[in-house]
Amino acid sequence: MKRTLISSVIAVLLFTAVFGLAYPLLFTGVSQVVFPGASNGSKLERDGKLVGSKLIAQDFRKPVLGPNGKPKTDKDGNPVMVADPRYFQSRPSQTSYSPSATFFSNLGPNSTDARDEVKANIASYLALERRYDRGLTAGAVPADAVTQSASGVDPDISQTNARIQAHRIAAVRRLPMATVNKLIADHTDGRFLGLFGEPGVNVLELNLALDGQAT
Amino acid sequence: MAQGWLQIGIFLVVVVALTPPLGIYMARVYRNERVFLTPVLAPVERLTYRAIGVDPEREQDWKGYARTLIVFSGLFFLALYLILRTQSIQPLNPQGFNSAPWDVSFNTTSSFITNTNWQYYGGETTLSDFSQMAGLTVQNFVSAAVGMAVVAALIRGILNRTSKSLGNFWQDTVRTLFYILLPLTVVVAVLLVAGGVLQTVGHATTAKTVLGADQLLAVGPVASQVAIKQLGTNGGGFFNVNSAMPFENASAFTNFVELLAIILIPAALTYTFGRMVGRQRQGWAIFAAMLALFLVLIVVVVPAEQHGTVAQHMAGLHNGGNLEGKEVRNGIAQSGLWTATTTSTSNGSVNSALDSYTGLGGAVPMAALGTSEVIFGGVGTGLYSMLVFVLLAVFIGGLMVGRTPEYLGKKLEAREIKLVSLAALFTPLTVLVTTGLAIATKFGKPSIFASGPQGFSETLYAYLSQANNNGSAFAGYTGFVQPNAPGNGGSFGISFADILGGGTMVVARFVPILLVLAIAGALAGKKVAPVGPGTMRTDNPTFVVLLVGVVVLVGALTFFPALLLGPIVQSLSTQLF
Repeated sequence: MKRTLISSVIAVLLFTAVFGLAYPLLFTGVSQVVFPGASNGSKLERDGKLVGSKLIAQDFRKPVLGPNGKPKTDKDGNPVMVADPRYFQSRPSQTSYSPSATFFSNLGPNSTDARDEVKANIASYLALERRYDRGLTAGAVPADAVTQSASGVDPDISQTNARIQAHRIAAVRRLPMATVNKLIADHTDGRFLGLFGEPGVNVLELNLALDGQAT
Repeated sequence: MAQGWLQIGIFLVVVVALTPPLGIYMARVYRNERVFLTPVLAPVERLTYRAIGVDPEREQDWKGYARTLIVFSGLFFLALYLILRTQSIQPLNPQGFNSAPWDVSFNTTSSFITNTNWQYYGGETTLSDFSQMAGLTVQNFVSAAVGMAVVAALIRGILNRTSKSLGNFWQDTVRTLFYILLPLTVVVAVLLVAGGVLQTVGHATTAKTVLGADQLLAVGPVASQVAIKQLGTNGGGFFNVNSAMPFENASAFTNFVELLAIILIPAALTYTFGRMVGRQRQGWAIFAAMLALFLVLIVVVVPAEQHGTVAQHMAGLHNGGNLEGKEVRNGIAQSGLWTATTTSTSNGSVNSALDSYTGLGGAVPMAALGTSEVIFGGVGTGLYSMLVFVLLAVFIGGLMVGRTPEYLGKKLEAREIKLVSLAALFTPLTVLVTTGLAIATKFGKPSIFASGPQGFSETLYAYLSQANNNGSAFAGYTGFVQPNAPGNGGSFGISFADILGGGTMVVARFVPILLVLAIAGALAGKKVAPVGPGTMRTDNPTFVVLLVGVVVLVGALTFFPALLLGPIVQSLSTQLF
């Protein structure tokens, strides 16, 4: 018994050193050398400054200013945000697009909150896009545009969603539709091996490319 | 939809194709034979035995094996609790996180020692890099190795005709760690980093977004932990939202690699079993029963999610399926497949929010847990739990046709059947008792997020998941309140949920392990009866059907009333709560 106890104490120390320190730290070192971009979070720069990560969605809404010139807040004290029409919009986020404190919305299948949330999201999507895409109906609003993603920082939107928003982008930025659609196609990540997962349009990369067009 | 079924079909083909080669490799490891890594690893192995001071050749009976296992796990419990509670004075804590409260730490310790990885806390807002690596990553390896050691011991018990020996715990654990888990983990971790998963230590950086806001990008040694979290059917996420977080699961490619890593070892162990008992068909029979149940789960969950929820329909959203709490790059098919895979393999990771699944879709993970994790199941735990059901099926089959129940030539007598019944019923009973306590007393209430039947589902799921050492969650249920995340200033645990859950995980892990080792001990040394015309076959389709029937029957009889109150009410109802 005493023998087993001593062996176990040594095993705890040894395995902690090997699997808890040596393995992850050595692996970190190797990854930093072999995959410097990926292992550091696929960061994107603009004009030499860190602008975000390819993998992490950003907020493309701006705060609404009240009559006194200060940002308006809702009843919970959060700033009221409105979509910036010059940019493709990411999916709704429970966490205000924070990648450092993630959580789920946990809205259940029979929840009144879920119903109200989706209803409100459909209404604001239509309010934003119908001016530019006259044929858009409530029934054609894509699901990804009005439901909250799991991570809160889903970097992608569906191709359908992107093509609807393209009408607005083309009008606001005075670009030909063909140019916008080409940019969407360029920033669509396909399925793995053409088989697994779903295609997604990377919103941050697409918006950066749009800004690049303008200059 | 056809595209979705195609991806799922091809995934299953890959799993079937990889089962024999890995199965053969593991059989050689457990039979102490030479493998291609032996030249590199044999010196490491010898050095380890010498450092620990054990003789790997010393044979242990079931009591000796069990005693070593318990002492070993107990010491790791103390070590992990200590690490979690002294976080504030540790290195590699760039954000200066304090320790989580004692009750949450107790729950977390129980969770990782038992291969559960239930998480009341959010990793990126609670734990330092040191805690994640030296505390949790170690447990992801060790608790997985312990589960696999037990199955190796059980197989030896079934095989051994002359002595009571089950092998040596140290040898099984050390060989599992160095020959199986470490090499596979390195391969998977490399693929994950190549696919975009984070692997770094240091400070989080702040980006100036396109619209000029600040965005804090968390960093950490993620890939090294995620690789073993999937391979060891652990499931504990580095981030709170687990494998939904792009930093943990960056693309369709990493999603595929992680899914494969989750199911690979449990599937291949059936082949290892067939190989070790010298009758490959016996292994495939168990594989077939597991696969049949697995297919049912997939065929229910994917269309259910494709259909969308009642709340979404009432809001006027009818196309695209239920994407609430799912990521675009995974879509419905990969989210549904992931959920079926993780909940049946005792891997608690999620790539979508289970709490937001449709009523019927949410019933699938519950049903998977209700079978006591035998549909492939956890590494080692899945196969030994399934073998318990196999023995039960042999007994019931024997009763039906009036023959002495025998498995692989070994007679099953009163002692074995008593132990088997206890092992089969212990976990389900734990679930019902703990859920009952949490629902019927006022102490369970502060943990529940949703109202109505969803609140019941959250509670049932919490104890199903913890008792079955799965770790996935209907994440609305909580035992940890953290008002100032990140960091733990002002945070507190909900002691009832933390202690009840932690206790459940420990008891429902180690009692079945002891029972299984006792069964192995009872079978070891028994004479083997020759196969005759009167022997009931356990490797043909009839037996597979019987086995599936026994698993479903035990699960359904135990959990049907509880499932009625939660997910079934929700999927039949058009009412909102």
